Amino acid sequence: MTSALRYVGQAAVLVAFAGVVGFFSAAPSFRHFPEGQALLKVSFAHGGARRAECRKRTRRELAEMAANMRKEMDCPRGRVDLRLEVDLDGAPLYQATLPPTGLAGDGPSRVYERFVLPAGRHVLHLRLRDSRRNQGFDHVTQKVVELAAGQSVAVDFRVGEGFIVR
Amino acid sequence: MTALQRILRPALWRLDDLLSRIFGPAWNPLYNLGALGFFFYWIVAISGIYIYIFFDTGVTEAYDSVAYMTEDQWYLAGVMRSLHRYASDALVVVMVLHLIREFAYDRYRGARWFSWLTAVPIILFVLASGITGYWLVWDQLAQYVAIATMEWLDWLPIFGEPIARNFLAPDALDDRFFTLLVFLHIAVPLLLLLALWIHLQRVSRPRVNPPRGLAAGSFAALLALSFAMPATSHAPADLAKVPTVLDLDWFYLGFHPLMDVWSRGTVWATAAVLMLTIAVMPWLPPFRRPEVARVDLDNCNGCARCAEDCPFNAISMERRSDGKPFDREAVVNSSLCVSCGICAGACPTATPFRRTGALVPGIELPHATLVSLRDALDRKADTGSQQVYLIACEHGARRETIGHPDLAVATVPCIGALPPSFIDYLLSRCGAAGVYLAGCPQGNCHFRLGNAWTEARLEGRRDPILRKRVPRERVCWGWFAPHQSSGLRRSVEAFLRDVRGLPPQEAPSVRQLSTRFDRSREEGGVGGP
Ligand code: HEM
Ligand code: SF4
Ligand code: SF4
Repeated sequence: MTSALRYVGQAAVLVAFAGVVGFFSAAPSFRHFPEGQALLKVSFAHGGARRAECRKRTRRELAEMAANMRKEMDCPRGRVDLRLEVDLDGAPLYQATLPPTGLAGDGPSRVYERFVLPAGRHVLHLRLRDSRRNQGFDHVTQKVVELAAGQSVAVDFRVGEGFIVR
Repeated sequence: MTALQRILRPALWRLDDLLSRIFGPAWNPLYNLGALGFFFYWIVAISGIYIYIFFDTGVTEAYDSVAYMTEDQWYLAGVMRSLHRYASDALVVVMVLHLIREFAYDRYRGARWFSWLTAVPIILFVLASGITGYWLVWDQLAQYVAIATMEWLDWLPIFGEPIARNFLAPDALDDRFFTLLVFLHIAVPLLLLLALWIHLQRVSRPRVNPPRGLAAGSFAALLALSFAMPATSHAPADLAKVPTVLDLDWFYLGFHPLMDVWSRGTVWATAAVLMLTIAVMPWLPPFRRPEVARVDLDNCNGCARCAEDCPFNAISMERRSDGKPFDREAVVNSSLCVSCGICAGACPTATPFRRTGALVPGIELPHATLVSLRDALDRKADTGSQQVYLIACEHGARRETIGHPDLAVATVPCIGALPPSFIDYLLSRCGAAGVYLAGCPQGNCHFRLGNAWTEARLEGRRDPILRKRVPRERVCWGWFAPHQSSGLRRSVEAFLRDVRGLPPQEAPSVRQLSTRFDRSREEGGVGGP
């Protein structure tokens, strides 16, 4: 190979390398989210009630315990499962039983769900059970959301405030 | 695996050869992929430090500070930002090519598993560095990447509260969490540097700097790209909106689209299977390791040349253990030795001229001893004087020269395993007309340094040197890849014609012949290769 040809070759290889690097650094583009749709996220972390009431230990029980462990109240740490139901425009959208986290089952239950919806006005019915009851719900709300295309809205839950749209 | 190697190898030989013609072997980018990786890492580090000066780590300020660099200070900070991005992308390109080559050329099994296995965290750290980098711009791409990554991580039951909740709504993201992301983008590249250092622990004299010309050329290419296509941002992030169409950096974000198609668990499983497969490849299939080099203390004088030349740091010089009046002795670490024999080629006691005692050098491979090599050569000398010898490496070109009527051919595990004194021996004792040494292409020795050391020894630049008295016109060497055996044949035939044109070599004297035969009888003539 003549040296002129070699220089041309070197330039060609380097240009091709830079070309590949430059091109794939921002192309081809990728559609992550469909047109005309909106995103609804339902997410919260919330601890349900303890599995059982605190209970006063009997004198006998206390006597049998090691001295440094002696506490009058026996409070089980485990929490109940939460029950969450979401209806969209009158039809069920999401229903789940959310177990507590943590090895001892004493952490908050968590949920993080994404739903792609057509843009427009939607009615959400939200129901959550977080107590020891077996039937019915502790928090029941209706929310109306007006979603523009490409909008992202989150339904969260906070103690005291209940369900909120963020 | 081996079937895949067989498909890849011929293509790589040709590509290597093409680039060696264009760049010359020393500058061949394919022979410098690891070095280029380091070079790009340093470009990323320096440009990163520069743009960090202008970067504001607040959620609302980050985007504007990046925009300032690209728009207001485009000529310096903007260029640095582009270099930072493009050198990172180039790093992925050379890393993938480097992986493919080490695999295709089978340079990752046996004792060489270490560099391979320690590269698995490198792959992860490289990708993690790039992904965390894309968060910092805090544009729509950053928003998409951050949320998709966090949602993916949340699949693992390790976080009390889903970390993706930090991006739930515009008011969810605070400066503290954002600062944590910035910290990750600094910490992970530092871990990468540590992993790279570990990666190279078992190779001696690793090539971590590309030759200057290649470095200049690739830097110029990235700089030109930075001016021609400055790195830009998407629209600012807005957690009240979903990023829809994104110009992805496919080098780093190529896996993210899978998360829209597959479940998080499937993506995790795919990534885990992929990484595990790479990790266990050195043992798929198990490599039958040849015997490692063996030291013979009676013949070792502690000169340390073998330790100097071993390409895999497998020899250490330890305190003398046998009471001989030398300070040190060579000790082979069998878990590091790849059985290339280069140490035997370096040992000053590996000389076929020895009159007394058997030819046992200080160090050699038990399955490819120098005695067997000398006997094989001696037998070929018996078929007539004025022989031309071809001593060829097992890993280079050979096919078309085997059985050549005018050649006496012997093979060695690596051309660096041949002590230069053998050439002297063939020419001065066996009446050879010429000696031709063949090995892998320059810069691409299967055992990293064999052909480089050979050339340096023959040219008198490295011990043990080829003695001055050896007629240089009768010695030749050529570096050819396995697919170039016709090239080797042509080169050897040209050499044959040249040496045939020289006045005949002085026939060995009767006394020399008799010592040759006596000795081979006394040693019991171990079989040749
Ligand atoms: C950015 C990432 C990387 C850099 C900068 C890098 C750099 C290097 C360098 C400088 C060498 C020494 C080369 C020599 O002087 O002969 C080397 C050797 C090696 N690399 Fe990498 N490497 C990287 C990633 C990888 C990856 C991903 C793999 C494969 C999984 C890999 C596999 C190997 C192997 C097997 C060797 C040893 C070769 C031998 O035994 O001769 N490397 N690397
Ligand atoms: S090169 Fe030979 S003599 Fe020198 S230290 Fe190594 S084995 Fe011993
Ligand atoms: S054969 Fe010798 S030079 Fe080669 S790796 Fe083993 S000890 Fe090192």
